[in-house]
Amino acid sequence: MEGDIAQLGQFIGAGLAAIGSGAAAIGVGHVAGNFLAGALRNPSAAAGQTATLFIGIAFAEALGIFSFLVALLLMFAV
Amino acid sequence: MASNTQDAAHGAAESAPGMPQLDFSTFGNQIFWLAVALVAIYFILSRVALPRIAAVLAERQGTITNDLAAAEDLKAKAVEAENAYNKALADARAEAQRIAGETRAEIQADLNEAIAKADEQISAKAAESEKAIAEIKAGALESVKEVAADTAEALVAALGGKADAKAIAAAVAERTKG
Amino acid sequence: MGKLFFYVALALVLVSGVIFAPEHAGLAIHPMDQFEVSSYTSDNVSMFAITNVTVWLALAVAAVFALMVMGSSRRAIVPGRAQSIAELAYGFIYKMVEDVAGKDGVKFFPYIMTLFMFILMANFLGLIPGSFTTTSHIAVTAVLAALVFFTVTIVGFVKNGAGFLGLFWVSSAPLALRPILAVIELISYFVRPVSHSIRLAGNVMAGHAVLKVFAGFAAALGLFSFLPIFAITAVYALEVLVAFIQAYVFTILTCVYLKDALHPSH
Repeated sequence: MEGDIAQLGQFIGAGLAAIGSGAAAIGVGHVAGNFLAGALRNPSAAAGQTATLFIGIAFAEALGIFSFLVALLLMFAV
Repeated sequence: MASNTQDAAHGAAESAPGMPQLDFSTFGNQIFWLAVALVAIYFILSRVALPRIAAVLAERQGTITNDLAAAEDLKAKAVEAENAYNKALADARAEAQRIAGETRAEIQADLNEAIAKADEQISAKAAESEKAIAEIKAGALESVKEVAADTAEALVAALGGKADAKAIAAAVAERTKG
Repeated sequence: MGKLFFYVALALVLVSGVIFAPEHAGLAIHPMDQFEVSSYTSDNVSMFAITNVTVWLALAVAAVFALMVMGSSRRAIVPGRAQSIAELAYGFIYKMVEDVAGKDGVKFFPYIMTLFMFILMANFLGLIPGSFTTTSHIAVTAVLAALVFFTVTIVGFVKNGAGFLGLFWVSSAPLALRPILAVIELISYFVRPVSHSIRLAGNVMAGHAVLKVFAGFAAALGLFSFLPIFAITAVYALEVLVAFIQAYVFTILTCVYLKDALHPSH
């Protein structure tokens, strides 16, 4: 019984942690959307900034990956 | 703990617990072979592949540069040839102009000469004619004198005189002078 | 032609869905089984055992060798297909190193090229159905990230001495904020290898696990298995993209960290 409750907590926690992935998705979309808005205003400057775009996406995604990691750890490792 | 969760979660016993990624017993093996692989790739790339590709790219760059220089050269040559052509054209035009002028001058000279010759001939002819006219005139005067002398002699004879030829000639000459 | 092919494929999927429908349809999804390390030579996975990790790492090395060495072996002025791709990869990474890390980062180019080619080839090899994906393992990506982390830190201190600590001391910020920022910068510096490794492993692992989950649906759905199979096709296409982008992101972040080590002024 006690184990079941612990397991319940684990799964709820994993599900909550997975919300973070969605938040990271919002962040990545924000980065990409703003890049596109800027790129359409000044297309000539866009080509030189694609590296920055990917770095920005990578940083935004990193935090989502952490929540994904937390979810995985709760599911499988704890 | 991990295997408990796994068993409870899936209701089936599995050979490895939970995530294989978190099975630390395999880490040594993975890290060892990864190190081997990375060292192998590093030596493949840094010793063989990258210098070779760099050489190929440099060679291509050199070829392209050479070709561009050659093209530039050829272009300069083409411009030069065009200039030469234009110059030749201008020269030819000038030559033609010159020849035309010369010919014109020659023709003019010929013409002048011909005109002069013609003038000369005309004046010669005119002089000749004048001379002839003068001769004729003189002839005519002579004839007039003769006729006058003859007429005078006849008149004198008819009037019963004896005409002195010399006196008559002198009288006629005197009369016809004016 | 394309349409006909599509209908034939659809019919095949439907028929196979009927024929191979499980007796007792139940969700038996084991998305993590594909990541299991198994030894060919011994019962347990000891340090020097020949495992599936060994095999797929060796294949990655062979793929790099085939592309970069055999592909460029003709040294043609007008390149063939393999040589074009090798030159493209070379130029791509060289330009990235030069642009991001600066001129003095170019001497790290073989090192960064090694990381990129390895991750790219391992990711693509992992997309072969039934294969083992070495880059989905934290042990592998953590070693890669740790290599980058230690290289960057050592290069930073060797090149700049104690001046490398200026990376954490944000001189453009107000004086009162600087200690707080220093703590944040320090934490973010040490979190770098964690995010660096887990981003790669997490992306690859999540993608492959999703494929397996959909495959489990397909096995359970019988006649309607074509729905998850189409989903698998779409996810697979996305995974091909992710395989490249993660290799790219890993490499460009390495270049960014290297730039911090070479020019630590904030």
